[in-house]
Parts: sequence; structure tokens; C-alpha cells
Amino acid sequence: MSNIPKDLKYTKSHEWVKPNADGSITVGITHHAQDLMGDMVFVDLPKAGTQVTSGKECGVVESVKAASDVYAPVSGEIVEANVALSDSPETVNKDPYGSGWMFRLKPANKAEVDALLDAKAYEALVASEKH
Amino acid sequence: MGFKTPLYDNHLKMGAKVVDFGGWDMPLHYGSQIEEHHKVRQDCGMFDVSHMNVVDVKGANVRDFFRLLLANNVDKLKTKGKALYSCLLTAQGGVIDDLIVYYMDDQWFRVVMNAATREKDMAWVNAAAKEFGGLTVTPRNDVAMIAVQGPNAKEKVYQALGEALRAPAGALKPFHAVTVGELFVATTGYTGEDGFEIILPSKAAPFTWQMLNEAGVPPIGLGARDTLRLEAGMNLYGSDMDETTTPLESGLAWTVALEPADRKFIGREVLDKQKAQGVPRQLVGLVLEGKGVLRNHQKVMCDGAGEGEITSGSFSPTLEQSIALARVPAAVKVGDRCTVDLRGKPATVRVVKYPFVRNGKSCI
Repeated sequence: MSNIPKDLKYTKSHEWVKPNADGSITVGITHHAQDLMGDMVFVDLPKAGTQVTSGKECGVVESVKAASDVYAPVSGEIVEANVALSDSPETVNKDPYGSGWMFRLKPANKAEVDALLDAKAYEALVASEKH
Repeated sequence: MGFKTPLYDNHLKMGAKVVDFGGWDMPLHYGSQIEEHHKVRQDCGMFDVSHMNVVDVKGANVRDFFRLLLANNVDKLKTKGKALYSCLLTAQGGVIDDLIVYYMDDQWFRVVMNAATREKDMAWVNAAAKEFGGLTVTPRNDVAMIAVQGPNAKEKVYQALGEALRAPAGALKPFHAVTVGELFVATTGYTGEDGFEIILPSKAAPFTWQMLNEAGVPPIGLGARDTLRLEAGMNLYGSDMDETTTPLESGLAWTVALEPADRKFIGREVLDKQKAQGVPRQLVGLVLEGKGVLRNHQKVMCDGAGEGEITSGSFSPTLEQSIALARVPAAVKVGDRCTVDLRGKPATVRVVKYPFVRNGKSCI
């Protein structure tokens, strides 16, 4: 059941990253991550203006089963958080790559984005975790 | 690869996410555990509980045996088919397992025990029965068990499995059972809703499951089973009590029959002593006042009374907030505020009387 869009970038901690035309990136958690967690009940996101550091936690998702940190895929400044998720966290399960996006971030260094995993590398990571 | 119930293929066909539960490959959910939870509260749903351990004990002195074996008193079982919830205790008063015992007839009692404790339960019961003498202990590995729960559960069961069930099963009071043909139908459950638990031949289980589903009963996984039982304030063995805790410290004093005082049962001495000296710890309900989810084993700080621990913490889909059962010092009272360390941040919880939800409605 791998659902890994080809046009996105990925992290080892199961976030997806979509580069936008304005230079910002949109970040969410992957289909695989939401599937492992199960039904989401709370999403706690960084506020706009927050400076985040690559690989450091910047938010939390909690499902009925477990809590998990959300990590900043690259360093930069949060431009916008998807505040709609606080009222409907289940959107993360229903549409993880669409309306379940978590925040937009302005990367400090574009090279960090380019260095993220591509779909093929992420697929290999997911496959290796299943064994 | 774990054990599989007779309904394993049905689960796969219905898109179950399968997980290991006490050595069994069981459905966690069939898509969304929260939606499944709501279905049971608002309409109905069915659970495969065939992993549970059904054991028939027979012999002329079977009642005397259970009088000794169980903390609750089987003398409360006066009519055939009546069920009783009890703990099975060690000599030290620790809980080996919790179970339901049915009075089938004067020479036959049936017990339903947990799956994850099967081996130690059987070792204990077999050893006790051998010492007692004159009994046969038969694990019913030839049966399956389906729980159908929810406000519309009974009606759907009659629709699916035949009108012949309506009169005998419909007449059952709570915690009673009746045998109709090959079906053993009991008004028991683990959700706080109306419904039945049905024990049936393994061979008949896949077809019966399908008939129920065609009558509009959706399958419900173990995920929702856990949040439903927690809302209903029902203990989970291994989380809320185990061999290191007595039933008196686990919210189960109501299941311990200390009267009549001359009934000897395994573990009694410790319970008598604990009761006389005062039970040091108690199980209480907690409601988290803010956002987040309480989790098992989180520490509970109770001002002036000491510390406790969450034994079952989760999210209540009905109340849309986090609830928990916790073992705390005896001095803690309903209405008190305590503090839980929630992932490094202190969070305030309110101590409440449970159940949290009964028959679809909030009790807190």
C-alpha cells in the first residue's frame, strides 16, 4: 500500500516536502506515516514566524494510538500553518498529501531541499522498515 | 506469524489492518477506529473475539471448585445461564486473570478468559482442578466468538440469524445466556452498550459473520474495542490489573465476595488483611482538561497525596477528549485536580468517577 507521489521530496522521519513557485515549501507527513499512526486526534503545529532547524522537532501529531513529533525537513522560517487541522485532525488521515498539509516554510538554504530524499529513495526506506 | 481465528480470512477480505495481540493475528481496524467506535455507540458493530479462551469445566462438584477458585462467589448463580464476572487470584491476592463464568447446569460451568493469558490460566486452572479432583477441564478450541454490540445490535442479530432467536435471546436480562441450537447467546459485552456475545462452532463463524454484515453490522477492530471499554470504565487485564495488584486496588472490590466470611477462596487471606488495614491504592478515572492524549504508564502527581500512574490512557471519541484509568493513593478524591507529565509538559487532569460513557451518553 505504498502511496508515494513522484513529484515530492521526503525525509527519513516521514515528512513530505513540496517546493512551491514562490520559493517556500509545503510540508506534511506521508501516507505511510499516517497509516502507521492510525486515526489522528490532535495536531500541534508551529506558528508563523517560528524559526525551525533542520531535523529538529517543530510540531506534534497524536493519534488514538501514539504521539509523534513532526520534524522540520530543512532550516528556515514558518510562513503559514494549516490551522484547519486543529479542528479536523482526521484530514491528515484522509488526505495526507492534499488538505492534510501541515505548514509552509521558507528555507534558509535551498540546497537543503535539493538534498532531501526523492520518491524512489523514500520508497526504499519504507520497504526496508517493513522487514 | 501468530494464531489465526476462524474469521481471519473474513478480516483480510474486509480490509483489516492486522496486528499481533497476545500471539494472535487480529484486526486493529478496518479503515478508521474512531468511525468504528461511533458506529457501536450510535448503531451497532461486530467484533471477532474468538481469540478468547472458552473453557468448559464439568464434574459433580464443579460449583464447589469455583467457590474455591474465584474471588467472586458462584453461589450468586442460581438460575441456569446466569453469568458472573470474577478475578482469578494467586494465593497472594494478585490477579492472574479476569473472566466470566456461566452456570450451564449443576455439573457444568463455562468460563471465558483472556487470550494473552491463556497459557498461565490453563496451567493454574488445570493444577487447581487436579488437586480438587473429579473434574474435567476442556478448552473449547472448536468454537468461535462474535460480539455484536450497540443500541441496534440485538435487532440486527435477529434479522441476520433468524427470528427463532428473538424470543429466547430477547428475554435475557443482562449477564445471562441461553443456548439456541448451535448458538450460545449471552447478554454480556465490553463496550457499555446493549448487545450479545455469541459463542458458536468455528465452522459456522465465517458464514455467520457474513450474514451479520449483510444485515448491516459493520466489523469493528481491537482499536475501537479498547476505546469503547475504556469509556465504559471496564478494566483491561495486563494494563489496569495484574499479578502485582489486588482487585481491591483495581476498582474491582465489587467483584470480590468477602461474604459469607466462611467461604475460603484462593487469595482471600491477603484481601481480608488489606481490607482491615485499609487499601493503599485505588483506581480512579481521569479527564484531561486541555489538549493531548493521556498514555499508559504516565506519572500522576496528586498534591499532598503522593504519586500514581495511568494504567489505561487514550482518547475518548465520544467525549472528544482524553480520558484514563489511573492507580493513585487512596487519599485522592473525586473532583481533585492532579498533574500528569505529558511529554515533558505538566497537564491538569480532573479525577472523576467512571464509567465515562454508558449507553451512548456521557456520565461525567
